Amino acid sequence: MNDEEDSSLREGTTTRESLREGTTTRETGPGTRDPGVTALPGREGTDSGVTALPGRTERGPRGSAAPGREQEVLERIERVRRRKARVREDRITLAHGAGGKATHTLIEAVFLEAFRNPLLEPLEDGAVVDGLAFTTDSYVVTPLFFPGGDIGDLAVNGTVNDLAMCGARPRYLSAAFIVEEGFPVADLRRITASMAAAARAAEVWIVTGDTKVVENGKADGCYITTSGVGTVERPIRLSAAAARPGDVVIVSGPIGEHGVTVMLARGELDIQADLASDTAPLNTLTGRLLDACGDGQVRCLRDATRGGVATVVNEIAVASKVAVVLEEDAIPVCPAVRGACELLGIDPLYVACEGRMVAVVAQRSAEAALAALRSHPLGSEAAVIGRIGDDPPGLVLLKTSFGGTRIVDLLVGDPLPRIC
Amino acid sequence: MRFVDEYRDAGKARTLAAQIAALCEPGRAYKFMEVCGGHTHTIYKHGLEDYLPEAVTLVHGPGCPVCVIPMGRVDDAVHIAEQPDVIMTSFGDMMRVPGGNGSFLDAKARGADIRMVYSPLDALKIARENPARRVVFMAIGFETTAPSTAMTVLRAAAEGIGNFSVFCNHVTIIPAIKAILDSPDLRLDGFVGPGHVSAVIGCRPYGFIARDYGKPLVVAGFEPLDVLHTVYRILLQLAGGRAEVENQYARVVPWEGNPKALGVINQVMEPRPYFEWRGLGFISHSALRMGERYAAFDAERIFQIPGGRVADPKACQCGEVLKGVLKPWECKVFGTACTPETPIGTCMVSSEGACAAYYNFGRFSRERVKEATHR
Repeated sequence: MNDEEDSSLREGTTTRESLREGTTTRETGPGTRDPGVTALPGREGTDSGVTALPGRTERGPRGSAAPGREQEVLERIERVRRRKARVREDRITLAHGAGGKATHTLIEAVFLEAFRNPLLEPLEDGAVVDGLAFTTDSYVVTPLFFPGGDIGDLAVNGTVNDLAMCGARPRYLSAAFIVEEGFPVADLRRITASMAAAARAAEVWIVTGDTKVVENGKADGCYITTSGVGTVERPIRLSAAAARPGDVVIVSGPIGEHGVTVMLARGELDIQADLASDTAPLNTLTGRLLDACGDGQVRCLRDATRGGVATVVNEIAVASKVAVVLEEDAIPVCPAVRGACELLGIDPLYVACEGRMVAVVAQRSAEAALAALRSHPLGSEAAVIGRIGDDPPGLVLLKTSFGGTRIVDLLVGDPLPRIC
Repeated sequence: MRFVDEYRDAGKARTLAAQIAALCEPGRAYKFMEVCGGHTHTIYKHGLEDYLPEAVTLVHGPGCPVCVIPMGRVDDAVHIAEQPDVIMTSFGDMMRVPGGNGSFLDAKARGADIRMVYSPLDALKIARENPARRVVFMAIGFETTAPSTAMTVLRAAAEGIGNFSVFCNHVTIIPAIKAILDSPDLRLDGFVGPGHVSAVIGCRPYGFIARDYGKPLVVAGFEPLDVLHTVYRILLQLAGGRAEVENQYARVVPWEGNPKALGVINQVMEPRPYFEWRGLGFISHSALRMGERYAAFDAERIFQIPGGRVADPKACQCGEVLKGVLKPWECKVFGTACTPETPIGTCMVSSEGACAAYYNFGRFSRERVKEATHR
């Protein structure tokens, strides 16, 4: 049991460890430090808001008999949420790859723990060092071919976009293939043709690569990993931690089209829709946006891939210690995506896009940013979907079309269709 | 979107909210239970509580089919999934529900072949395509999903598909509501009645709630205006000193239900003498099993299942939350040991569970959220 667990024990809560033994006794473990402090290096400051909820202690939710006590509970929960990440599972599950809480936990507890360095720590889309942006991404998708694209387009566009989100001009890519025994060469040609076309469109060269073949059954047809290098040619520093209260949140186009397209292309759902993946290189779009806004006016760019817009804005809220307030009415969603999501009980905010980005821009550059995005074919439906506030820090709120409010949290794993 | 946006109109919601506020007697507090998890989802998804006055509290009931499956049954299902040649099929929301020995996702990570399906017919298709494998469908849900399970069994029988079976965990809503009503610490003033379940069983079975317990029940649709309208109609009954069963969801729910669907259920399944509900304990005649005639499709007879009972963790107070005695945050383990990532109790398991919904959407005081969004 680590230090972080102790804080809740001393406050009279029950931990899972004690639950398994069927007891609720308070244990005194080693290191009974201040409950608000965690030992995670590089994350100092994330806990500063824990005990400091000034002026809010008396405010309980409506209808509450004991608002003070509820507030205590809510504050305790926030402390628990800020504990050092721990992977509780013995084995990797699919949830660890879904981009939500389980993925974040895995990255922080396993990868960051092992590889920690100042370039990796911010967990941006890529690392920027000496004017170079560097990133890597692996692509696994079923089916390999879907309306609007295939794994080849994704592998190029995804890495190009990660570089573009660093404010860089994408230059060179590597491509590594893991191919399953028995995979049709014709399919591989089709995939590489898409990659070549996507590379031409994004003005990058694929300059190095690798090929591995694994036995039948050991891979799902074909996996691709691409790494990319880009040059940062502007005096800018984009970061998920750079959002400030008053900034606006912009999305570059209708959300969720890639995710829903792939879900329907699997053929498991008897839903037909006229939809295609939104996969596209965003480097010329980001270029136009950065040109239109003054230095430092664009705070952060993120492509809304796995986990969708909801996950991206949550990452920004946490990294910048700000609140994000979204307007449901303002979020562009095409009718086919909205309909499919309604039927499946899935929230389009969590559905992946492969050619859409979220930009946080200073209020006074909002109009210029929007105009610049809309002047580009990939940004013609760009919209301001919300703004940055100061409280509650680390939280994403949604004003619903219905006129209510709710929290938009990270999901644990994949959005699963509901049955009831 | 047609047939959706009409039921999400903020202007109409404001009108209804004013009417609701006007119906509340000064100084009186009202607690209504929405029985169905779908309603809980609607309430949180649209931020519906912002329209309710202080005096009205909605209590999230036991109507989330995933949440009420006891841990022992999950362990049984995992045991079946880990037998040789088995393909276990399940609805998505069941995948993360923990038993004593982990969830389906954990079993899948250990090597079991567990596949997500959207309908039992998908499971039957998998059986057709994999004749050498034994395909089991993890059947869960209330009377809403039981007819499709039953239909699938009938089709499997008609087609002579011998490698398909059902691990039947279907439950019935009325005994659960009765158990809640009989609880000595009951503090409810009325019910937002389940919508989809009622489309099958109709409105008549709820008669005893009004008659014997004096509580109004209004069967409700799943759009936010449906739920607000239902709260209004319950308050209207209370204000008039009435306790009746009403149908707000008449566009989908016929008063008599769907006799055909009920017929199919009765043809294939039979009531169990008792069944354990997570958080509520054993409730008699509250679940269905495969009938004798379709024993060949009954996974419980085909496989040796351990059938062990795993007690809910002691600190878990899901039962009290389900009955509306405790609010989610009043549970000892809420949000600390028990979170959506590491759920201990039923209410935290699925996003429809009362605790998970509160954790995800309501964790911050409404005042604070309102202040943040209206600044």
